[in-house]
Amino acid sequence: MGDSKLDLLQGTLDLMVLQTLAAMGAQHGYGIARRIEQASGDEVLLNQGTIYASLVRLQQRGWIDAAWGTSDNNRKAKFYSITAEGRGQLAKDAAYWQRLSDVMGRVLAMPAEGGLG
Amino acid sequence: MSALRRTLSRAHSFFRKPPLDADLEAEIAAHIEMATEENIQRGLTPLEARRQAIIRFGGVETAKFYQREARGLMTLDILLQDLRYTLRTLRRDRSFTLVAILILALGIGANIAVFSVVNTILLRPLPFRDADRLMWIAPPPTKCGQSCATYSTDAYDEFRTYSRTFQDVTGYFAFSGPGNLALNRGGAPIPATSIDVIANFFQLLGVEPAMGRAFRPEDAQNGAAPVILITDAWWRTQFNADLNIVGKAFDMNGVQTTVIGVLPRSFDFGAVFSPGAKIDAITPLNLYGPPRNWGNIITMIGRAKPGVTLAQAQQDAEAAAPHMCWRNSQPATCGGYARKNGEGGVVPVPLKDHVSGQLRRSLVVLWSAVGAILLIACVNLSNLLLARAASRSKEFAMRGALGASRFRIVRQLLTESMVLSLSGAVLGLGLAWLLISWFAHQGAVALPLLSTLRIDGAALAWTLLIAVTAAVLFGLLPGLRMAGGNLHESLKDSGLGSGQSRKHDRIRSILVVSEIALACILLVGAGLLLRSFLHVLDVDLGFQPERAAAVKVEYDDSVPNDKDGSLSAARRSAIFQEVIARVSAIPGVEAAGVTDYLPLGQNRAWGTPWAQGVKRPEKNPGSPLVYVITPGYLRAMGTGIQGRDFTWDDGPKSENVVMIDKAFAHYLAQFAHWPNNDAVGQLLVDTNTNGPARIVGVVDDVHEESTEGDTGWQIYYPFIQSGPSSAQLVIRTTLPPATLAASVLHTLRDINPKQPAAEFKPIQMLVSHANSSRRFFMILVAAFAALGILLAALGIYGVISYSVTQRTQEIGIRMALGATMAQVRRSVLVKTLRLALIGIVAGAVVSLFASRAIAALLFNTAPSDPIAFAGMVLLIGAVALLAGYVPARRASRINPMVALRNN
Repeated sequence: MGDSKLDLLQGTLDLMVLQTLAAMGAQHGYGIARRIEQASGDEVLLNQGTIYASLVRLQQRGWIDAAWGTSDNNRKAKFYSITAEGRGQLAKDAAYWQRLSDVMGRVLAMPAEGGLG
Repeated sequence: MSALRRTLSRAHSFFRKPPLDADLEAEIAAHIEMATEENIQRGLTPLEARRQAIIRFGGVETAKFYQREARGLMTLDILLQDLRYTLRTLRRDRSFTLVAILILALGIGANIAVFSVVNTILLRPLPFRDADRLMWIAPPPTKCGQSCATYSTDAYDEFRTYSRTFQDVTGYFAFSGPGNLALNRGGAPIPATSIDVIANFFQLLGVEPAMGRAFRPEDAQNGAAPVILITDAWWRTQFNADLNIVGKAFDMNGVQTTVIGVLPRSFDFGAVFSPGAKIDAITPLNLYGPPRNWGNIITMIGRAKPGVTLAQAQQDAEAAAPHMCWRNSQPATCGGYARKNGEGGVVPVPLKDHVSGQLRRSLVVLWSAVGAILLIACVNLSNLLLARAASRSKEFAMRGALGASRFRIVRQLLTESMVLSLSGAVLGLGLAWLLISWFAHQGAVALPLLSTLRIDGAALAWTLLIAVTAAVLFGLLPGLRMAGGNLHESLKDSGLGSGQSRKHDRIRSILVVSEIALACILLVGAGLLLRSFLHVLDVDLGFQPERAAAVKVEYDDSVPNDKDGSLSAARRSAIFQEVIARVSAIPGVEAAGVTDYLPLGQNRAWGTPWAQGVKRPEKNPGSPLVYVITPGYLRAMGTGIQGRDFTWDDGPKSENVVMIDKAFAHYLAQFAHWPNNDAVGQLLVDTNTNGPARIVGVVDDVHEESTEGDTGWQIYYPFIQSGPSSAQLVIRTTLPPATLAASVLHTLRDINPKQPAAEFKPIQMLVSHANSSRRFFMILVAAFAALGILLAALGIYGVISYSVTQRTQEIGIRMALGATMAQVRRSVLVKTLRLALIGIVAGAVVSLFASRAIAALLFNTAPSDPIAFAGMVLLIGAVALLAGYVPARRASRINPMVALRNN
């Protein structure tokens, strides 16, 4: 990939946030952003600030909860956790993405007709 | 589900902006702190650690913006922001704001007022229950006036029996004249007007009295105690809104009559059935009393059963018609109402169409006129905004440079237009309210439903619609122009002769030209209607309304045991000889006479008299309208006679005599072949007299139904050979009639103490009343045309004045190089006239087509009437010159030194 990083597709950030919270438990915005960057092997171009729009969106849909708490190094931070409803949504969205990426993989693997193979 | 929750929480967030913003602020601060700490742990210096943290975060403000967008209602946020900004800019530019709002208020106000009139007369259902099922049942209009639009009581009964699609049928007595009720409460009797209706009238219309009860069938039977329902207005004016009036009896026409109820305020008989007439009370019509033999007297109104279509009702009525007899005792008259040879018939039409159908065209014209006004106002506003655009282009270029999108700028400008437009609409609503209150009190204008005029929900919705449409119309062009401008150009443009301002100039000129063209169309329309109105005033009515007046005379000519009516005729003769002699003796009275019906009011026909010994044609040609008159009446009206007037010797015992009008005489002569085609001295049969009647005079054709329509035919019978239905004393005076009112009434009361204080009606008033709806429309269209010219003049002035301001330097240079004041003035005026000329030519061409659409409203005036067009050209030219002269004068006074020095 070199220097160019992946642009995030519309809607994918929300799914990544949900998955992060499901895997790690309650987490603050910075933690979520860092976790996504690490999990993607630093291949995703993420302005960390954009995570907050995603968080407020998920919260308004009732898929995550938020509460102010204290971080490991005693800093006040807002912690987000996934709700039961959010887990349901995550399962649905993850299955969808899996299907989509399978289909994309198959389509893109299609050999050229009578071509060089 | 989650979408709904999200919307709710977005709306919730919108109102909790400060705490949520603080929360976000804290969250972001914590984020950056944590990132900084982590970077420090990785070995960066504190400063670099923080810098890297902020870089990884991306723009802090951008993140906040996106979070707020996701959180709340961004559109509303921006709207509020735009609104605040708009109010600030508009307050800064106060004179512009005032002019703009005023122009819009005039345009929108005129539209609301006219919409309310259109809504009341054309769109809104009549003020009755399920009014769409009400039908007016009558033959199509023919030559014999109300007698051919009404039915006999026998026919009414048969129709009610044989028709199947009607729930019920009612009707009213069509020949009640004004002042037919004399209320006696001591002192001079008070004249009032009542209408006799069939007892089921109010049930059928679905009108409940506000107090008391409606009529019952037993109120209209022989020997029933006399009862009356009074209108809300009469109850208030005459009975001081007495809450205990129900059950009280009053002396009306000499009979103790019990008030059984007060009608609701919303019920106005005149407004629906007899526009321009004031009806004070309603009385029950006894179908089985004397009216049984009065012939065609009832106008029928039916309520169709639910679900019945107009075609079904018409078919049903056609099927019932053969059963209807003029008089059941005369089998020969049965089936006489059925449609024959394409004439007559029993035809239901929706009551609404009957009431307001004829006005549709006038109202559409009026509506178009105010539409044009609104367009002119919009064009004017566009122009004003473009002028502002020139001075604000830098502001917007700056905003563009700072990152505002084009859409955002157009949106800001549209918000400004919307604020202007809605403010104009609010002020316009006030103006419209004033105008409508004035309309609603034009009781004398013969337009239906005018008294029910008001601003209702529909009018408010219309106001909103046109305000928004107007805002888009006048705001979009300047908005696009401004937002689309080249950024660099605008920033560089010093406002002097650069390409941008030239382009603005051209657009503004095009706008002014279209404004002038619209004003031309309005002016031509108003001119044509004015010319028509003048032509209507010029019509030879067959009588001379100036200096003549009429007053209703009460008399009692009843004589007991009068077998053939000759005794009462003799008594009548004595009464009226005295009345006429004494009134004629009053100084200032030139002539006096009595008739039972006045022209341009109600009328009746009594069959079609025919020349003796001449065969009638197959086809019924119509019937002459009947007037029963005394000697001297025609002279008092100013109607010319060939032959002789009646005399007091034309009595019950002498030869039967009649007079007919020229048109009827001419028609009869075609069949009779009289010597010299002269009807005078010939005999008529089938008149209202026993045996033939001799024509003693042929009189001028009189406009008896309308000032504009055909004159129809008339026949005159002597007062003492036929029975008059009432007595209207007509006097011709040398002084203004009103000055004689007191002495004439005094004389009448001296002769008969029971004479009510009847209204003294100038004949001119009858004519004015007949012309009132034409005058009403003409005045409105003329007023709108005047408004159109005013707005166009403003537009011309604005553009020319602006261009003079822009060219101040250029003009300064010219004058420095030796141009005279006159030359400068001329060049500005020439520019003005060039614009006006293009507008006039375009307007005239469109007017040629548009005026054809109003041809049906014109009277003796061609749609291409040269005088109307020439008048328009002169007026617009003059107004344009005037509007251009002011800036031209200013241009010629420019001081070259000053102009060149300041930039």
